[in-house]
Amino acid sequence: MKIAICIKQVPDSWAEKKMVNGLLDRINVDAVLNDLDEYAVEEGLRIAEAHGGNEEGAANSVTVISMGPERATEAVRKALSMGANNAILISDPKLAGADALTTSKVLASVILKGEFDIVICGTESTDARMSVVPAMIAERLSCAQLTFASAVTVDPAAKKVVITRVTEAGVDEMFGQFPVVVSVVEKINEPRYPSFKGIMAAKKKTIEVLDLSAVGISIENAWSVVVDAAPRPPRAAGIRITDDGGGGDQLVKFLTEKKLI
Amino acid sequence: MSCVLILADFIGGKNTKTTAELATAAARIGDVCAVVLAPTGQGAAYAAALVQGPISTVLVVESDGFAAHGVGAAADVLTQIIAQKNPAAVLIASHAFGKELAGRTAVKSGSGIITDAVDVAADITATQMVFGGSTTVHSKISHGTPIITLRPNSITADLKSVSPTIEMLSFDVAESSKKSTLTSSQPPVQGGRPELTEADIVVSGGRGTNGDFAAVEAFADSLGAAVGASRAATDAGWYPHSHQVGQTGKSVSPQLYVACGISGAIQHRAGMQTSKAIVVINKDPEAPIFEIADFGVIGDLFAVLPKATEGVNARKA
Ligand SMILES: Cc1cc2nc3c(=O)[nH]c(=O)nc-3n(C[C@H](O)[C@H](O)[C@H](O)COP(=O)(O)OP(=O)(O)OC[C@H]3O[C@@H](n4cnc5c(N)ncnc54)[C@H](O)[C@@H]3O)c2cc1C
Ligand SMILES: Nc1ncnc2c1ncn2[C@@H]1O[C@H](COP(=O)(O)O)[C@@H](O)[C@H]1O
Repeated sequence: MKIAICIKQVPDSWAEKKMVNGLLDRINVDAVLNDLDEYAVEEGLRIAEAHGGNEEGAANSVTVISMGPERATEAVRKALSMGANNAILISDPKLAGADALTTSKVLASVILKGEFDIVICGTESTDARMSVVPAMIAERLSCAQLTFASAVTVDPAAKKVVITRVTEAGVDEMFGQFPVVVSVVEKINEPRYPSFKGIMAAKKKTIEVLDLSAVGISIENAWSVVVDAAPRPPRAAGIRITDDGGGGDQLVKFLTEKKLI
Repeated sequence: MSCVLILADFIGGKNTKTTAELATAAARIGDVCAVVLAPTGQGAAYAAALVQGPISTVLVVESDGFAAHGVGAAADVLTQIIAQKNPAAVLIASHAFGKELAGRTAVKSGSGIITDAVDVAADITATQMVFGGSTTVHSKISHGTPIITLRPNSITADLKSVSPTIEMLSFDVAESSKKSTLTSSQPPVQGGRPELTEADIVVSGGRGTNGDFAAVEAFADSLGAAVGASRAATDAGWYPHSHQVGQTGKSVSPQLYVACGISGAIQHRAGMQTSKAIVVINKDPEAPIFEIADFGVIGDLFAVLPKATEGVNARKA
């Protein structure tokens, strides 16, 4: 099986984020591998390992695909050190500030060329927080969309993927035939830490860096524009009390005064 | 006046109160047409549920493909409706299904998309809160039909009674949109409490409950509230995954959010920071959740909650 994992480098969740000219300032913050994508990497590796592994000459390959600035190689290296074999980074100055429509177009083109059987994504990037890229990739590839999976089973012979997902409407089981786009929730597994051996091996792996002309597509301007962005006034400091037996009553008094109940 | 499409928000066959909120926002822009995607034979019953909010027309499409093939099938039909009606905008509820539907429809119809809006103005400018609620952003869509997802509970719905015109439409779902297939679906165990994302009040428990949610549930029931949980609580199996609030759980914006035994990790805050009022009960005065609390009690939840529950019940008596 050819497995692709889409990963994104994002500003550290704890870093203070600022807008510059209507775009997130990505230069002056620490960047990390989107932690929700670590579950995608782990799941991809587990699927490969459960069906003959992904070492040289094995039946499967695991490729990480990322779109981002040059320095996203750090995040890509981390995925490689976890155990992925190959990596493709799409990097082009024209992609700065790309929105989900553009991102999905770029990723879908690369995925189509690579003829992958299974594409695995995280459920959301912790910076954009849209949770739409996996669905958009599925739309662009006209393939099965199996998103928000909390369990994934693959039957390589039947080219079939079955997932379990929790939705607003309950617990669903669904399936699709290769090629499929899966996104995984953080309940699905416990991502491994890169081993020393893995880190050393990752240093020798090559990252294929492509610009837009190498991908062979052109992109339009962003499809939505920021009119303005302003920091919100910080929340006014609240009331704080220490419970001395009357905390519950004071709480109810507060709720009543504020007409919250 | 141009028409504005909203997708009537049915979850598990029931119309949610988000539909009226979508209609209220859409009515600022134009004449509201509510799209109902119903199982075969149930279109009329679904449409009959839309009696509140400024809706002029209900457009009903029936297909068993919606349940069987999910987002792909819904996006296919919604795109055909957009092509036929040429609306000024399309508004959809901002939950997992709504966002994915918006995403696929945007690709299909060549439109721009904005997700997680907390407000939409008459000129189709969307307001979003980003970076954990610390920054307000206004944006507009510059391409195609603006497709915007609106967070449930963000705007006050106009609940006027209406009897909209009902129009039955007929569209086929393309084979290419039927690539994923649902094989089974178990409805959630609701236990009579309101749905988390729709509730006016949410009471959540975290690791501090130590697995015992009885006090949290009792307080929630005294307030008619929904019950939420932190990831620590759902990971431990103390409460169902579907009740997780936060980045990888549900986003809620109730009038009142009560966090009990929750430290306030950034991933938890991401799902509740836009709540109108936040009340905290935590033993540790250093817990970061206090930074965003309007009212904080430093104390043991097992002592504070029963007293508070008693107090609320006494007020009602
Ligand atoms: C990728 C990723 C995604 C995540 N997504 C989410 C998410 O969606 N939602 C989420 O909630 N978390 C999420 N997390 C986890 C998050 O980082 C925290 O680990 C989690 O929110 C902690 O839960 P907690 O506050 O219940 O537990 P803790 O951080 O352990 O806090 C427990 C609190 O309870 C207090 N306490 C203990 N006993 C009592 C008592 N008797 N009375 C009163 N107070 C008491 C303690 O003082 C402490 O402050 C995510 C993490 C990652 C890495
Ligand atoms: N620039 C990117 N490069 C690679 N994968 C991405 C990128 N952006 C988003 N993704 C994938 O899509 C998922 C959802 O992202 P989003 O829709 O931005 O919340 C992420 O968890 C990634 O798996």
